[in-house]
Amino acid sequence: MAEELTFNNGQGACMRAHDLTVHRGSETLFKALSFELQAGQLIWLRGSNGSGKTSLLRVIAGLSQPDGGQIRWGMQPLAGCEEYESRRVYIGHANALKDDLTALEALQFLTTVHGRNHGKASIESALRHMGVFHRRKLPIRMLSQGQRRRVALARLVLEKNAGFWVLDEPFDALDDAGSLLVQQLFKTNVERGGTVLFTSHIPFDGAGLLVRELALHGTRGA
Amino acid sequence: MTPMAALLARDLRLASRRPAEALLPVVFFVVAASLFPLGVGPEEATLRQIAPGIVWVCALLSSLLSLGTMYAGDYSDGSLEQMLISRMSSVELAVAKCLAHWLMSGVPLIVVSPLLGLLFGLSWESIGMMAFGLLLGTPVLSMMGSMGAALTLGLRNSSVLILLIVLPLCVPVLIFGAGAVSAAEVGLSPSGHFYLLGAMLLLTSVGAPVATAAALRISV
Repeated sequence: MAEELTFNNGQGACMRAHDLTVHRGSETLFKALSFELQAGQLIWLRGSNGSGKTSLLRVIAGLSQPDGGQIRWGMQPLAGCEEYESRRVYIGHANALKDDLTALEALQFLTTVHGRNHGKASIESALRHMGVFHRRKLPIRMLSQGQRRRVALARLVLEKNAGFWVLDEPFDALDDAGSLLVQQLFKTNVERGGTVLFTSHIPFDGAGLLVRELALHGTRGA
Repeated sequence: MTPMAALLARDLRLASRRPAEALLPVVFFVVAASLFPLGVGPEEATLRQIAPGIVWVCALLSSLLSLGTMYAGDYSDGSLEQMLISRMSSVELAVAKCLAHWLMSGVPLIVVSPLLGLLFGLSWESIGMMAFGLLLGTPVLSMMGSMGAALTLGLRNSSVLILLIVLPLCVPVLIFGAGAVSAAEVGLSPSGHFYLLGAMLLLTSVGAPVATAAALRISV
């Protein structure tokens, strides 16, 4: 499969991490971690439990700062980089849906705070795409775990530009059909020049795409 | 809709979905304050004298009552993470949260305070002063509280810690809020107290959201 090494804007922007160190409490999760992520890549972040996958994703998402090293988007530091912030979609392990809101309201709120002003119609079509349209007027607490995950991931359907997706266990709680839907979304994003970085504890075949692996080896017991 | 307006609208909507929970602070306020005449005795002069202090202490406690849940829910379900990397700055996030908290726990107190004033036999003039003082003071309580709530996020026993952090900071509001009504009761001008309350409101409006934002960034 052809590799596209630069973003569509032709500036060669991609993510470079150099010598990253992240601690949790007194424990070092990883140190001297360097990697480069490019446009059009699908990256599976692997590592054993407790190796720091979620911590790394949080650093990449901009939620926390590394304890050492730098992480850059193109030539700019990640923090405060306007272009990165407009491309980034982070969906963590928690779905960020309020129990008392309906699926429609919860999704609408999430897209609004992220500066995507979608109309009700496109939100509904995203929910339809994820197969939870018939549940759109029910409060989130009435939905099953898998359905909640589908509502949270419906944000990805609404992304129309090449995005930088950071997803923590996206396949968690999804059934086979749901996983397939998400893999299709990965494919769409990668093919338009976006990047998908995800963790998954279930085997992932890549949906016909080249999957790169980024492995974290815990510093403990090594 | 801007992200801030969306957050404010969402918080108000969430409160409307759980009316019993949302009304808890104001019910507490009324019930707690109305216990005092029963305990102290029906002597009118005594009641009038202690009324301002009681109303303000109850207002302070009732606004602290709902602080524990201010950020905790958003923290545990991942909403806070999303909001911190959203299109609004963390200061805007703090402002919207404080405003929502004030609308839900401060404004109802101002609305029902005349009822308590009547219960304690205050004059209409003093009741007006009390409501005006609450109008200036309750936003300060919400913003100070938001700071405490953000600092104790994710800790065990956070509700007790919030009290320990926030109560001392709120003492000046209590003194000048109650002082204004007491001054009006004895025929002095309460304007000095109101100026100080206003100054505290301005100071916390500038400082507290920034401090809350910093605390949220550390906690998440």
